[in-house]
Amino acid sequence: MSGETLIERAWDVASGVTDPELPMLTLADLGVLRKVKQDEDGTVVVSITPTYSGCPAMAAMRDDLVHRLTEAGFDRVRIAVQLSPPWTTDWITDKGRKALADNGISPPGQAPRGPVALKLAPPRRDIQCPQCGSADTEVTSEFGSTACKALCRCRACGEPFDHIKEH
Amino acid sequence: MSEHITQDAEGEHDNAYAGLLGNDAHWAFGTDFEDPLAGVDTTIPDGVDASQLAQYCLMLGDDALIHAQRLSEWTSRAPDLEEDIAIANVALDLVGQARLLLARAAAADPSVVPRLPEGSPVPDEDRLAFFRDAAQFRNVRLAEVPNGDFAELIARLLVLSTWRLAVFQRLVDHPDAVIAAIAAKGVKELAYHRDFAGRWFVTLAGGTEESKRRLAAATESVWPLIPELGSGTQVERAVGVDPASVAPEVGVVLDQVLATAGMTTPDVPALAGVQGRTGRHGMHSEALSLLLAQMQVVARAHPKGRW
Repeated sequence: MSGETLIERAWDVASGVTDPELPMLTLADLGVLRKVKQDEDGTVVVSITPTYSGCPAMAAMRDDLVHRLTEAGFDRVRIAVQLSPPWTTDWITDKGRKALADNGISPPGQAPRGPVALKLAPPRRDIQCPQCGSADTEVTSEFGSTACKALCRCRACGEPFDHIKEH
Repeated sequence: MSEHITQDAEGEHDNAYAGLLGNDAHWAFGTDFEDPLAGVDTTIPDGVDASQLAQYCLMLGDDALIHAQRLSEWTSRAPDLEEDIAIANVALDLVGQARLLLARAAAADPSVVPRLPEGSPVPDEDRLAFFRDAAQFRNVRLAEVPNGDFAELIARLLVLSTWRLAVFQRLVDHPDAVIAAIAAKGVKELAYHRDFAGRWFVTLAGGTEESKRRLAAATESVWPLIPELGSGTQVERAVGVDPASVAPEVGVVLDQVLATAGMTTPDVPALAGVQGRTGRHGMHSEALSLLLAQMQVVARAHPKGRW
């Protein structure tokens, strides 16, 4: 197998691994899978970037990647951490955003850029309810069940839901 | 001695965890503690002193670790479930930052890492977190003071997150690529922390007489520890961000929150150090020793343990 094909095949396997907390999302759709290359000694090196500094799912992703690649016949696999550039929710693909919405999780809007302004007013975001589609929603808490999610509520249908916060 | 749960082929039927391990290992088990900087280039940039860089990483890492431990003590004790989860989330972000910074300190200068018995699998960042004594910690004292009420939690988080955000925004351009990357990620997290604290500060100020009274008391207990944040050490000035340079910006943000809350800056004197020495020099309050005793006791009982 030529180096090119091997790397492509490894990328295909790696990109099929899903996020342990958001199983509807592959690591490629989430945007954490950055690079697959082959070392001089033949080891397949997969670079992933952390979402949040303390996200415990990172260890699970590393383990899952090693398992899936090993199962697919790659004998030597190494996972490398890539810290820069930092992950942003803007890297979640359109396919990933659709998968989130289809599973009742509101996908993020565009991540903020530039200087960090102090926001003392209640958070207002253009969030659609993933259940009924209404835009009449409110943020209950900026911090949800995992580091990457905010808790929201739909005023139209009354259902609570998760929103991936802009990061 | 290894305390890691491993698959025992012979006793497989007696092992409740057996089905979770093996080829299709579930992530909740069998996840080895791996180097958080695996594959990251940790070469020291030209013109930066490795020993000072390590000391600086300890300062930033210890601020996060100790404050996170205080925040974690709130778990299951917050006024409601949403706030409980929020506080735990903030603590988790800070633990994540601490882990990377302590690992960076160890990579820059291995001599800062406590020595453990031969064969111990405890990674460097855990050795730094669990096997140093109070006098070796470099956090500011505001991170370690014992928890008060919810107003105290909010006032302290407002000050520490505002300060850390201002420092991290400048560290994004640090010559050390690892610190720059940790800062770039941290800025996004800290912005959420500061907004959370700022909103609650204004909410408590606009609440009942009782919430106003408690918030006023909280600011009076937190504000005396602010001057220490800006005093700065030679290490910070040499390889990091001089805290004195961010003090005006921090002051503007805090004034903005106080003004929105209809409050004035508390007129309270700075809490003095001991012969000019404060948290950054390893001079801490007794509270840090008690915090560390609780945080470190299990790890210290098992210096060869694998988690």
